[in-house]
Amino acid sequence: MSRNAKINTLLLLVVAALAVLPLALGLGDHKEEPFAGADAQAETAITELKPDYKPWFSPLYEPPSGEVESALFALQAALGAGVLAYYFGLRRGRRQGESRALAGAAGNGSPADDTQASGDSPADAAPAPGSVLRDDAPGRDAGDTAGRVSGPAGDRTGA
Amino acid sequence: MHIAEGYLPPVHAAAWSVAAAPFVIHGVRALNREVKAHPESTLLLGASGAFTFVLSALKIPSVTGSCSHPTGTGLGAILFRPPIMTVLGTITLLFQALLLAHGGLTTLGANAFSMAIVGPWAGYGVYRLLRRSGVPLMVSVFFGAFVADLSTYCVTSVQLALAFPDPSSGFLGALAKFGGIFAVTQIPLAVSEGLLTVLVMRLLIQSSKGELTRLGVLLSGGRGAKDATGTEGTTAATGAAGEQDGTKEAVAR
Repeated sequence: MSRNAKINTLLLLVVAALAVLPLALGLGDHKEEPFAGADAQAETAITELKPDYKPWFSPLYEPPSGEVESALFALQAALGAGVLAYYFGLRRGRRQGESRALAGAAGNGSPADDTQASGDSPADAAPAPGSVLRDDAPGRDAGDTAGRVSGPAGDRTGA
Repeated sequence: MHIAEGYLPPVHAAAWSVAAAPFVIHGVRALNREVKAHPESTLLLGASGAFTFVLSALKIPSVTGSCSHPTGTGLGAILFRPPIMTVLGTITLLFQALLLAHGGLTTLGANAFSMAIVGPWAGYGVYRLLRRSGVPLMVSVFFGAFVADLSTYCVTSVQLALAFPDPSSGFLGALAKFGGIFAVTQIPLAVSEGLLTVLVMRLLIQSSKGELTRLGVLLSGGRGAKDATGTEGTTAATGAAGEQDGTKEAVAR
């Protein structure tokens, strides 16, 4: 495992530990309803502070059950995770295409078309609607390629 | 966790909506300008919004024995500046208010003010301040995201305390009460959010160097020796962030 991957794994492990520890240590045991939402607790606190307060508006749509609600939350997370994964996958594919084109450049001398073709087609299916994606803007592309070539090498010397 | 539907008195709900509106309008303009000037950034904008979507859907247990969720607004604020994050955050809040009955339409203004305005600005401010004083990139990113997350829930506590002052101890008593519910619960979550934001920023540095340079997150030293030192700097920074996390975790335990 590279040093980079190790650091990333460590970051994820600490996040997981932070989430699991309160459960493992039973920090919710003193509560009537352990690990309820903070917003529900705030509602309780409001009724304590002002017993006659009644919410004056109710949600237009309320998930009919806890199951449906958790499904919708999972949907929200899945949408976000999908877009993030798409972004990083696209970037990785482009990077590979670029380096392949660069390697090919030594041989046949016309790599540019190849790079753009492989970079452009997935961009057309981008998730954000109503916007034209032109990731092959001239200045940026050159900088990207340059940065990328020296990037990993620099990382390794850094480690 | 946002203020639930109908749980702010009408006057407060209206006041926070009025306060939030100019920021949202300004944000929409900034977003349009960004997309027009740099169409290639749309993808990264989508990714920043997606990060907020994921993080604000995850309700995570905390040391207080209750659950809350991170906001994910630090990343977008650092990448695209706070006004644009205001729009992305408000969209997320709207989604949750309409479909999940989480937060609400009457409290949208107040919730947008805390999560989509104060959070991004506070986090961005801390990030810039640290960067300017020479703090390594990843450490600055961590504290930027940490502050964006925590300040959001401090504002939520203030908003509720203003609306529901304690009959005997007044505003401060209520602030202590709501702060105990929201802000204290949020501390370990803010640490998690800081770490996750550092993780995503590390992946972005690997994958999108050109874009980060254009956005000013990475220094524009894309050539020769300067670039090498730049990379070394970030590697050292992540090392430092890693060590910090170690101590943080120890404290949490």
